[in-house]
Amino acid sequence: MGRTISEKILSAHAGVPMKAGEFAVVDVDLAYVQDGTGPLACRQFKAMGFKAAHKPEKKILFVDHASPSPRRELSNDHKFLREFARETGVQFSEIGRGISHSIVFEKYVNPGDVVVAADSHTCTGGALCTFATGMGSTDIAVAFGLGKTWLRCPETVKIRVEGPFPKGVYSKDLMLHIIGKIGADGANYEALELGGGTIRALPMHARITLSNMAVECGAKVGLIEPDEITHAWLREHGRDHKFPDLTPDKDAVYERVIEIDAAKLKPTIACPHFVDNTKTIDEAERVHVDQVFIGTCTNGRIEDLRIAAAILKGKSIKPGTRLIVTPSTVEVYRQAAEENLLQVFVVAGGLVTAPGCGACVGVHEGILGDDEVCVTTQNRNFCGRMGNPKGLIYLASPALAAATAIEGRIADPRQYV
Amino acid sequence: MKLNGKAWKFGDGISTDHIAPGRLFHLRSNLPELAKHVMEDARPEFAAAVQPGDFIVGGRNFGQGSSREHAPTIIKLAGVSAVLAKSIARIFFRNAINVGLPVIIMDTDTIAEGDKLEVDLAEGVVKNLTQGTSCRIPPLPPVMRKILADGGMVEHIKKHGGKLDLE
Repeated sequence: MGRTISEKILSAHAGVPMKAGEFAVVDVDLAYVQDGTGPLACRQFKAMGFKAAHKPEKKILFVDHASPSPRRELSNDHKFLREFARETGVQFSEIGRGISHSIVFEKYVNPGDVVVAADSHTCTGGALCTFATGMGSTDIAVAFGLGKTWLRCPETVKIRVEGPFPKGVYSKDLMLHIIGKIGADGANYEALELGGGTIRALPMHARITLSNMAVECGAKVGLIEPDEITHAWLREHGRDHKFPDLTPDKDAVYERVIEIDAAKLKPTIACPHFVDNTKTIDEAERVHVDQVFIGTCTNGRIEDLRIAAAILKGKSIKPGTRLIVTPSTVEVYRQAAEENLLQVFVVAGGLVTAPGCGACVGVHEGILGDDEVCVTTQNRNFCGRMGNPKGLIYLASPALAAATAIEGRIADPRQYV
Repeated sequence: MKLNGKAWKFGDGISTDHIAPGRLFHLRSNLPELAKHVMEDARPEFAAAVQPGDFIVGGRNFGQGSSREHAPTIIKLAGVSAVLAKSIARIFFRNAINVGLPVIIMDTDTIAEGDKLEVDLAEGVVKNLTQGTSCRIPPLPPVMRKILADGGMVEHIKKHGGKLDLE
């Protein structure tokens, strides 16, 4: 019987053949935490009696959620993480360097790796065909100590997408469409394999958006089969691009197959307070918007900023609406500065923050007021997500977000691109 | 061991933002203080009124969202003896077992707010003492049963000489 991508990767890491539904302890190639989950992971590491980290060069502590620290409690958490890194030799990524998932995508993860991290959007790595999945602090503490974790080999939902995107439609719209269609628990405990002609034609930044949001339909991973675009990314980022054959077998067994015609998609938003509460722009009420946020591990890459800047160039954001742009990593920030994109955002009336998670995590840099509406390129819109349970969050592509900043209400990006 | 308490009902899609709000991020290294806010953005009165032994009874996809283990940790710290839900989001499920908080997947529509429940994990039975009904619950996967039986992941590792012993 043929094997899915997940079955291939996990078999190689378990040392025994694995089929969907089986449990095994597997080797972990890379493990990381961020400043919201890291302090607990480090305390659990000590509580379990570990003294040294397994392969400390492949364990990373990121400060990205509260970066730079807005409160002394968090400054002390950061201080604790720095001390832990000094004691154990694990890697440390300072404030302002960027979001964990975006940095590991630039520098660390490879096709066929198993990566676990204490953050739900670890599944971003799936765009490079990495079996990358989020867990809690204690599981990552175990991975830090032993270089191992236990996993259940997931069943796989195959999503096959064919056809070109219409004007103004991006991979964000596709992923919101998929989540709206199958629901927030539509793939709980399962793997997604995203494929088909549309996916093969997508540049890497657009694939990142898809894999990043796999967790929003409950999936463990969102895997994309490696191809020339994968090889090119690895070459451009100075990484060895030799990896095992990860093509799913022709007779691999799928839990189900979902076919999507990309040509029928429209710009799509997720309305408060659930990611699967989706509407096309034609169905959406064009409500007033107080804040537009462009960035995050979902849509904070240089190509995302270029799309937004192309729409905002020479225009002004609507008075009564504010625009916050947060590049995902320092590399994106540097490139955006070089291309004068930061200038475009600021001249239009927006502001640019340091690289990191920014307003997405509700800690600082854009907490919503009561009853305020935000259109954001992030990945989830749960009640309270942006720091205030009375805030209303809509998820959208960078193009829809930029158009919204200009109009001051939920806007159709198709007339701007 | 039998768990006894009354049911606190919650709807579908309770996220870790409801359970342990992001705006209280700065309290994550002060879990007793964070526990005073448990479930605050779903039911603000819950934290002050919950009694030791009580049950959280959710709908679909309980615990969806962020990987923050602080969510099941403060549910346990608040004295809740188990979470019952129609389905449990993947990361919350692992985290709950790791911190020693039992989770039970079952049809929760039959349970009403305030019902007195008795849960026997070893026998796999949930009794609704208020309604005089009972139902069997499926066992957890063996890996999770073992971690839970050891008292959570930290105790598991300590008990097994600093290793995972799940096979």
